[in-house]
Amino acid sequence: MTDTLNETMGAIGRPIRRKEDARLVTGNTNWTDNIQLPGTLHMAFLRSSIAHAKITRIDTSAAKAAEGVVHVYTGADFPGQPGSTCVWPVTDDIVMSHYPVICEDEVKYVGDVVAVVIATEKYLATDALDLIDVDYEVLPAIVDMEAALAEGSPLVHSDKGTNRCYTAPVPFGGSYADVKAKADVVVSRRFINQRLIPTTMEPRAVVAAPMGMADEITLWTATQVPHVLRVLLALLTGIPENNLRVVAPDVGGGFGGKLQIYREEVLAVLLARKLGRPIKWTETRSESILTMHHGRDQIQDIEIAATSHGQILGMSVNLLADMGAYLQIITPGTPLLGMFMYSGIYKMEALDFTCTGVYTNKTPTDAYRGAGRPEATFAVERIVDELAAELGMDPMELRMKNWIKHEEFPYTTVEGLTYDTGNYEAATARALELFGMDELRAEQAVRRATGDPVQLGIGISTFTEMCGLAPSRTLGALKYVAGGWEHCTIRALPTGKIELVTGTSPHGQGHATAWSQIASDIIGVPVEDIEVIYGDTGRSPYGMDTYGSRSLAVGGQAIKVAGERLVEKARMIAAHQLEVSPEDIEFNAGTYSVKGDPEKATTIQAIAFAAFQAHNLPDGVEPTLSGEATVDPMDFSYPHGTHLAAMEVDTETGKVTLRKYVAVDDCGVQVNPMIVEGQVHGGLAQGIGQAMYEGAEYDSNGNLLTASMGDYLIPSAADLPSFITDRTVTPSTTHPLGTKGIGEAGAIASTPAIVNGVVDAIRHLGVNNVLMPTSPQNVYRALKAANNGGAA
Amino acid sequence: MIPSAFDYVKATTVDEAVAALVAAGEDAKVLGGGQSLLPVLRLRLNNPSTIVDISTVAEIRTITDEGTSLLIGAGVTTDEVANNPLVKAHAPLLSMTAETVADRAIRHRGTFGGSCAHADPAGDLPTAAAALDCEFVIAGPGGRRTVSAADFFVDFFTTAVGADEVLVAVRVPKMDGYGAHYEKFNRTAQAWAIVGVAAAVKVEGGVITDARVALTNMGPKPIRATSVEAALKGQPATADAIKAAASSAADGTKPTSDVHADAEFRSHLARVLTGRAVATAAGV
Ligand SMILES: Cc1cc2nc3c(=O)[nH]c(=O)nc-3n(C[C@H](O)[C@H](O)[C@H](O)COP(=O)(O)OP(=O)(O)OC[C@H]3O[C@@H](n4cnc5c(N)ncnc54)[C@H](O)[C@@H]3O)c2cc1C
Repeated sequence: MTDTLNETMGAIGRPIRRKEDARLVTGNTNWTDNIQLPGTLHMAFLRSSIAHAKITRIDTSAAKAAEGVVHVYTGADFPGQPGSTCVWPVTDDIVMSHYPVICEDEVKYVGDVVAVVIATEKYLATDALDLIDVDYEVLPAIVDMEAALAEGSPLVHSDKGTNRCYTAPVPFGGSYADVKAKADVVVSRRFINQRLIPTTMEPRAVVAAPMGMADEITLWTATQVPHVLRVLLALLTGIPENNLRVVAPDVGGGFGGKLQIYREEVLAVLLARKLGRPIKWTETRSESILTMHHGRDQIQDIEIAATSHGQILGMSVNLLADMGAYLQIITPGTPLLGMFMYSGIYKMEALDFTCTGVYTNKTPTDAYRGAGRPEATFAVERIVDELAAELGMDPMELRMKNWIKHEEFPYTTVEGLTYDTGNYEAATARALELFGMDELRAEQAVRRATGDPVQLGIGISTFTEMCGLAPSRTLGALKYVAGGWEHCTIRALPTGKIELVTGTSPHGQGHATAWSQIASDIIGVPVEDIEVIYGDTGRSPYGMDTYGSRSLAVGGQAIKVAGERLVEKARMIAAHQLEVSPEDIEFNAGTYSVKGDPEKATTIQAIAFAAFQAHNLPDGVEPTLSGEATVDPMDFSYPHGTHLAAMEVDTETGKVTLRKYVAVDDCGVQVNPMIVEGQVHGGLAQGIGQAMYEGAEYDSNGNLLTASMGDYLIPSAADLPSFITDRTVTPSTTHPLGTKGIGEAGAIASTPAIVNGVVDAIRHLGVNNVLMPTSPQNVYRALKAANNGGAA
Repeated sequence: MIPSAFDYVKATTVDEAVAALVAAGEDAKVLGGGQSLLPVLRLRLNNPSTIVDISTVAEIRTITDEGTSLLIGAGVTTDEVANNPLVKAHAPLLSMTAETVADRAIRHRGTFGGSCAHADPAGDLPTAAAALDCEFVIAGPGGRRTVSAADFFVDFFTTAVGADEVLVAVRVPKMDGYGAHYEKFNRTAQAWAIVGVAAAVKVEGGVITDARVALTNMGPKPIRATSVEAALKGQPATADAIKAAASSAADGTKPTSDVHADAEFRSHLARVLTGRAVATAAGV
C-alpha cells in the first residue's frame, strides 16, 4: 500500500509503512534468546508426565553429578514460594490456589514443574533431566468440569474441599423469569467454547542476570507486560522492586499468552540472585504447548426468549469455566470479561448471568485474544441465529429488528454499559454490498434443491466488544487489583529530535509507527524524527502494558495529552523569544508564529535547543522541553462490525471450506489503516482457527492429546481465502482522538460467523449445532446424529 | 527439542554408509533429508549413538530410465519426484502424490527413500509405491537385494531395511496408459493425511481393465484395497459402478483412532475417497 492521501492531511490516517518492519523482516532483531551474556547458566525443567500425583521421592544425585550440572533444585529448596499469582479474586468467597514455583509434594497437571537443572550448557541441562528419579503415587485426574462439580468428586486441591473456584451470579436488568414467562419462543442451546492454545511465533524465553548496580537483577523476558511483571516479581520474591528491572526486548507475539507471570520467570530471577550468574531458558515448542497458559474452555448453556414477531426479550447465560489446575494472573476474571457482552448489540429487558469457575488437572487457563468477549459474542451470535431458525425469520432481519439503532447512541445496555457511538446499519450495508448476499442465497437454494454433496451456508456475525480496560475506579469495583491508566512522556532532545516513552509494550502491533504518527500531528515533528521507547522498566518506568486492545484506546490518550503539554511549554518559550504574550502565538505544524504577523516565527526544534541552552527562558519556566501525562480512560472502547462468511460443507466427508469472508469493522478514527488491516487479518485467522481447526484435547487421564503442531492445527495462509475488508468510521466520543480498539475484533467476530455458516449449510439436513472446531469428524458426527433422528 | 549427543559420519558412497552402519552397531541411524529424523531426535523419541549422513551421496540422487521401469535413487527429493519429466510421464501417480507432501521447503529436503524407509502410516509416497508395485533396492554388508512393496512395508515405522542396510533406490514400473489420482484428505493444507487413496486405473473402450488402489493411514502400513480392485475390473467406467466398487474399500483395514478421526470415520472416508480417487483416475 502506498501513501496516496492528500498531502495536506496530517500523519494520522495515513497507511504509513511500519518503521519497525525493515529490522524485523531482515532478522536484525533482539529476541530474548539472542541475548548472550558471559558466564550464562541454563535452566531445564523436569515436568510431570502425570496429571495428578503425589511425589513420594525425588533422587537428584545422579543428575547433580552429571557433566556440566551446577545444581538441581526441587520444591524442597523453595518451600512456600509461589511461582505465579492471581490479581483478580472475582468474588468474596473465591477459592484461591497456591501455584508453587516448583511442586513440593503434589503435581496437578501434565507439565507441572518437578525439578530444575542448572548447567553450563542447555544440552547438558536437558541431558541431566533423564537422570532425575521421581516416584509418584498416582491420584485420580479431574478432567471433566461437570464431573468435577459432582458430589464426591476427587479434588484438585484436596485442602480446599471443593473443585468449585467461584460462582458469580449477576442478574442484569429486569427479571429474566418474568420475560421468559411472557415470551412466545424460548430457544436454548449448549455451546462448547473449546480450550485453545495460544501459539506465538516466538516461544517464551528468559534471561535473568545480576547487572549494573549492586543487587540489581535485570530480567529480559518475552512478555507483554514488563511493568506489571516487575511489580508482581517484587511481591512474589521479596526482592525490592527498586532492585528489579524488567525488559521485554523484541517479542514475537503474545495473544494473551505472554500476559502472565510464569514460574520460569520467577525462578530465573531467584536463581540469578542466588548464584550470581546469568540464567537463561528458552522453551521448546512442546513445552510451550503444554505450559504457556491456555485460553477459552467454557461450557455455555444459553437461553434466549423472544416474541413471535422476533423481539428479543432476554437471555440467560450459565457458564462453566475451566480454570485448570491453578489460578494465574487473571484466570478467574477472564470469563467475566465477557459478562457484559452477552447482549451484544441487541436491546433486551433482562439478562441473567452466572459463571462457575472449576478447577481441573489441566494447564491453567487465562486471557487469550479477546478474553471473555469472544465467548460472549459466540454465544449471542449463535443463539440469535438459532432463534431466527426457530422463528423462520431471516437471521439478518432478526438482527436488524433488535439492534441498537444509530440514532439511539449513546445507549445503555441491559448490562449497564453505555456504548458511546456505533452505526450497525452502515457497517452491515457495506458488508452486504461486498458479500453479494443475494447471489449466494440463490446458489444455496440451487444446491439444496439438487442435493449437491457440497452444501453452501451463510454465516453472519454482527458484533461489538468492549476493550481498552478501563476507568481505574471501574476496575476497582470489579475487584481487579490494578488500575487502567496509561503513561506517556514526550521529550524534545536538544537537536529537535523526539523521544516518546510509552508504557504500552508492543509485541508485533506497530506502536513505534502509530505512536509517531499521533505525536507528529500534535507536536509538528516529522514521523521519522520520533523514536518510540517502550518495554523496559528502566527506560519507560510507568506503564500498564499491552493487552485487551488497550494500547491506542488508552495509551493513545496519554500521547495526546503529553504532546499538548509539550506544545504548551514550548509556546511560553516561543512567546518570550518573539516578545509577545502566549495568547498571541499560533501553533501550526511545528511552527510558532505571531498572530497577524506570520513572518515572526520560530520552530519547535529551535525552541527545543533554546530550552536546552536555557540562556533565555521566561521567568518560572524550567530548562528542557518535555510533556508528560498519565491518563485514566473515560470509559471502555466499543468497536463493532459486520462479518459475513460463505461456507461450503462437503456432506460426504464433513470437510468445511471457507469460500468467502467479508469483514467490515468500525474502530472509529484509524491512525494507520494499514496497521488496522493487519490487526483485522491476524484476528480473523485466529478466530477462524478456533472455528475450524484448533482445539486442545485431553484424554481421561489428563494427558494433552494435541501436544504438537501436528495435532493442534492452526491455519496458515494456504488455508485462508483473501479476506475482503473495509471499514466504516464512527468516531468514539469518549476518546480524544475518536479511535476505538481493533486488536481483538477479528478474533471476536469471526468465530460465530464461521460456525453460523456451517450450521446454515446443513440445517435443512436436521443439524442445529456443530461442535468447534468444525472439523470433518465433528461435522460428520452432527450429520450422523441428525440422520439418526436427533439433532445435536 | 534438544537432541542428545551423537556421533556423526558423513558418507560419500553407499559402501561407505554401509560400512559406517556396521561399525556403529545396532542403534545407528541413516540421515536422508532429515525431515522426519530430526524431529525424532529433537523430541528425543530416539537417541541413536551415530548418525550416518547420506544426504550428499551422489549415486542415490539420480533417476534412470530402464525401459519398462524407472529407477529412482533413494536420495531424490520429494520435489524432484513431483516435477521430474520422466516421473510425470511414466508414473504420474507418484508425481501427483509427491505434490501433496508437506510444504515446499520440506519437499525440497525430504527424500523419496527417506519417506519409504521411515514408513509413517500417514506417509503419502509409500502408498503410491504400494499401488504401483514398486521394488526396493537395499544395500547391506552382504551386497544388494531387491524387495517387493508387499514385503518392504512391515509395520508402523518398520520396513525390510535392516539396521546395517541402506535403501538405495526404488524401481517404479512404467504405467503408461493408466489414469492416476492421489486423493489426500487432511484438515490444513500442509497436514498429514487423515486418509489418502492412491489410484491408477486403465480404461479401455469405456471399461475398466485394470485398477490399482492403495490406502494411506488405514492401518500400520500402506494397504492395497484388493477387493475394490477386483470389483472394478471389467466394470463400465461410470460413477455408479465405481461408487459400488468403492464400498468395500475399508474391508479388512485396521485404522487407528486419533484426535482427527476415529476408526469408524476413517472407514467412511476410505469408501468416499476411494470412489473419488478412482473416478478421477478413470476420467469419470
Ligand atoms: C512438518 C512436516 C510435514 C510433513 N508432512 C508430510 C506429509 O504430508 N506427507 C508425507 O508423506 N510426509 C510428510 N512429512 C515427512 C517428509 O516427507 C519426510 O521428508 C519423509 O518422511 C522422510 O524423508 P527424509 O529424507 O527427510 O528422511 P529422514 O528424516 O532423513 O529419515 C527418516 C527415516 O528414514 C531413514 N532413512 C532415510 N533415508 C534412508 C535410506 N536411504 N536408507 C535407509 N534408511 C533411511 C532414517 O534413518 C530415518 O529413520 C512431513 C514432515 C514434516 C517435518
